[in-house]
Amino acid sequence: MRPIEPGWPGGSGPDSSFPEMFARALLDPDRETPPVVAGPHGKAAAKRYNVYRNNVTVSLINALAAIFPATQRITGIEFFRAMARFHVRATPPGSPLLFEYGRDFPDFIERYEHAQSLPWMSDVARIERAWLDAYHASDAEPLTPQAFGSIPPEHLGDTVLLPHPATRIVRSRYPAVTIFSANRGSDPVGQIEAADPEDALVTRPKLEVAVRQLPSGGAVFLTHLMSGEPLGAAASAAMADSSTFDLPANIAGVLAAGAFSDFKFGG
Amino acid sequence: MNDLANHGASRTSATSRFPAHPIVGFAGTSFKHEHLPAILAEGKLEGFFEVHAENYMGAGGPPHDALTRIRRDHPVSLHGVCMSIGGPQPIDKTHLKRFKALVDRYEPALVSEHLAWSTHDTTFFNDLLPLPYTPATLARVADHIDEVQAAIGRPILLENPSTYVVFPESTMCETGFIREIARRTGCGLLLDVSNVFVSATNHGYSPLAYLAAFPLDQVGEIHLAGHARQTDDEGDLLLIDSHDCPVADAVWKLYDLVIGRCGPRPTLIEWDSEIPDWPVLRAEAAAAQTILDRHADAVAQERIRASH
Repeated sequence: MRPIEPGWPGGSGPDSSFPEMFARALLDPDRETPPVVAGPHGKAAAKRYNVYRNNVTVSLINALAAIFPATQRITGIEFFRAMARFHVRATPPGSPLLFEYGRDFPDFIERYEHAQSLPWMSDVARIERAWLDAYHASDAEPLTPQAFGSIPPEHLGDTVLLPHPATRIVRSRYPAVTIFSANRGSDPVGQIEAADPEDALVTRPKLEVAVRQLPSGGAVFLTHLMSGEPLGAAASAAMADSSTFDLPANIAGVLAAGAFSDFKFGG
Repeated sequence: MNDLANHGASRTSATSRFPAHPIVGFAGTSFKHEHLPAILAEGKLEGFFEVHAENYMGAGGPPHDALTRIRRDHPVSLHGVCMSIGGPQPIDKTHLKRFKALVDRYEPALVSEHLAWSTHDTTFFNDLLPLPYTPATLARVADHIDEVQAAIGRPILLENPSTYVVFPESTMCETGFIREIARRTGCGLLLDVSNVFVSATNHGYSPLAYLAAFPLDQVGEIHLAGHARQTDDEGDLLLIDSHDCPVADAVWKLYDLVIGRCGPRPTLIEWDSEIPDWPVLRAEAAAAQTILDRHADAVAQERIRASH
């Protein structure tokens, strides 16, 4: 048992141990009902304590299902809930803010033995996690094409773009954006023909979260820009990554997506 | 009426961002985002909306936009679910800071939390877990409530729990524990009548006896919700506080009795799972409003008779 911290007021009282005893079995169905609890009037407590076990496990599985709806649609509800149950028991939330939960879930899916035939699924889950980050991110006005157009041409190479708080990039070796988009809504999912790798740009310039597929070299370009490198250096990195990288089209694309909020000169 | 427990309207100050709206004598509902278009389409409604504080602890985005729109036209009740007031661990200072920021930002008419715990060590269990009732737990819960109230600069309402187990180490009854907490901290009480019914059924005592012992004069808000039915190890009825269906007839009867005894109090229909279309939820609130209005009329008639 974990020692009681002496710093807690009244830490030596008998009550200090009740959450330790109560909590230990909540996520472990193999443990006995904790002896600190009972039923009333000498009744048994097993099914009663299981109400709490069930509340905890089911509500956390529901939280994952709400964060990863496309992933659940791909696997089917039964498969998803079994997978999520393993994850909830191994990695329960460490914060009372449930919209922060599930950050380790895509990696868990990648390792999950029953999901090995769906190697792209962890990337779909990564897009869903990024979607929720964008949804809750700070509000900020996006940098408009007009404001960007006011930058004198001689300064463009040295211009550093400041990322909008909602902007996220998810890279994938699979057609993750196509699969995400097909499964995120409730429309019927047709035959998915895509097979090439797809990188996702997730933004929320106003209230709507948008997920776009980045063009070739776009993810490298954006990753460099978001790390604070000037436009010239980011463009060079993107051209080194992709021989078909189209700088004007990429700049227009990221501005239209609302991926940045401001700019400054001098990298 | 206890001024600490029952604010006459939404709180405002010289720097208020929102208008004051009356909440006394009104029914309200949980606010669910899927209902926002239907609510806005109806325009300004009489009544209030309650939100779970934790759902609005993100930095920005649609949740804050929706709550701002709701708050402009209605009083809002801020209901904390995760402060873990009932556990021995110190209150999470980061969480308390987030909670205070919401109180400051939205100027809620009511602020409440639970007599329960939900975090142990670093694990958040996402459930309202029970505690033994002893002098030691009482002292700690009182300290935690003092800390929360000092941080936000106003009293909270503490909600009675629904429970499924008892702790043999308990030396106090729940109503005695709650009464003493209110006395020591000056907090008001959120009386969840459904929780009373659920716990009384589960533990084999009379809900009427519980209500008779409950300090009704401290009640600043009432909760009503639907429950589900299971069985315990002995095959007897075990009620689950599920918030996923209409309020049961027996709970409406208890509610009517409570309002008859303590007068109209802001009353919330809680519905958090299997959420129905807005008109269904609104109709549940209208049913509560009917009971509130009937008793408000009775109180008014009483006053007229007394003045002649």
